Amino acid sequence: MNGLIGAVLFLILAPVAGGLIAGIDRKITARMQGRVGPPLLQPFYDVGKLFEKENVVVTTAQNFYVLAYLIFIALSGALFFAGGDLLLIVFAFTLAHVFLVLGAYAVHSPYSHIGAERELIQLMAYEPMVILAAVGLYMVTNSFYVADMVATTVPVILYLPGVFLGFVTILTIKLRKSPFDISTSHHAHQEIVKGITTEFSGSTLGQVEIAHWYENVFLLGFLYLFFSWNPVIGIIAVAITYAAEIFVDNVTARARWQAALKSGWLAAGVLGLVNLAILSYMMTGGV
Amino acid sequence: MAFLKRSPWILHYDASSCNGCDIEVLACLTPLYDVERFGIINTGNPKHADILMITGGINELNRAVVRNLYEQMPEPKVVVAIGACAATGGIFRECYNITGGIDKVIPVDVYVPGCAARPEQIIDGVVTALGILEEKRTKMRGNAQTKEEARHAAGEST
Repeated sequence: MNGLIGAVLFLILAPVAGGLIAGIDRKITARMQGRVGPPLLQPFYDVGKLFEKENVVVTTAQNFYVLAYLIFIALSGALFFAGGDLLLIVFAFTLAHVFLVLGAYAVHSPYSHIGAERELIQLMAYEPMVILAAVGLYMVTNSFYVADMVATTVPVILYLPGVFLGFVTILTIKLRKSPFDISTSHHAHQEIVKGITTEFSGSTLGQVEIAHWYENVFLLGFLYLFFSWNPVIGIIAVAITYAAEIFVDNVTARARWQAALKSGWLAAGVLGLVNLAILSYMMTGGV
Repeated sequence: MAFLKRSPWILHYDASSCNGCDIEVLACLTPLYDVERFGIINTGNPKHADILMITGGINELNRAVVRNLYEQMPEPKVVVAIGACAATGGIFRECYNITGGIDKVIPVDVYVPGCAARPEQIIDGVVTALGILEEKRTKMRGNAQTKEEARHAAGEST
């Protein structure tokens, strides 16, 4: 029952929270660049506008794929906030991005195809680390269920500092922030036109944007799992991490896709695996 | 709900301008003028754009490009012609390859004068364009409604 309430609350509140986070993000970014910046509610104006525009459709299949992307992102987030199985959530999350890639491949635009290819590379770059994070959380809390992970009294971050740092690295890819915003970006709108979203316009682009809000709230929730033994510290840590992501976004230039792939795999291979190896060694030694 | 006025995304195209006006357009995006305050974003993609800001007098080579860009923009959309060349061809109007003004190729809604146009004038032009954009949106919705009503009146079922 608690789970159902969590899921419903996520489905209703996540777009509001995600939009506000995006608004704060844009404001802080502007201040970092010495600008005034748009109003706090600008992301809502943008999406509202997109739904007012004419819907130019190249292939009807693209609308279907983007809708599937939105639904599966919302589903994985809802499962997460319902306290479901983290592995299932990670797979639903990956499937959602596969739909986005298919949507971009459905049209015959080279820009869209380059964006789709880069999205696949991003998927390859961050996926190992996400799974290692789930495994790490399991090793500490002895459960793959998010509900049990949240209820834990163990300070997970002390056991998984490497996994946390690795997860923060791939979070930069997931939040579409520099230096890893290679498939599409919030800034530099001239970069390979607009990457994966080039051929989406009007309400379809609005759906992509809403899915991104859902996704961001879900990812911040994932981040919270590392600190769930103390909600106050948890929320502060998530806020600081997000602020650090904004800072990194503003001080780095876009890297090439090879660098994104290497960083993602290095994070998983070095920070993640070494952390887990030490953890399992300590566990077998301790018992 | 009029979100359109609060979030106009711009497509900027240089149709054989001398680059003077283009520098002024980009100046609008700098921290000094910061047009993102009004939700204005410079997109490089006609399919995401609401306002086409275009400079220069259009030569024979980019005539087709301008038409293509305009057609790719989803309705409602407005065109802002920036600078003397965009309005009339300017000092290049006698050149053998210059069409002589944006309105020879696509319909223009706002003309921003000047050689080069100042950033303040360009922002003023965009604000004027926002009013026209809003008008077009109401008209578009009106047209859709009229069509819908006519269909109902004819007793057509889909």
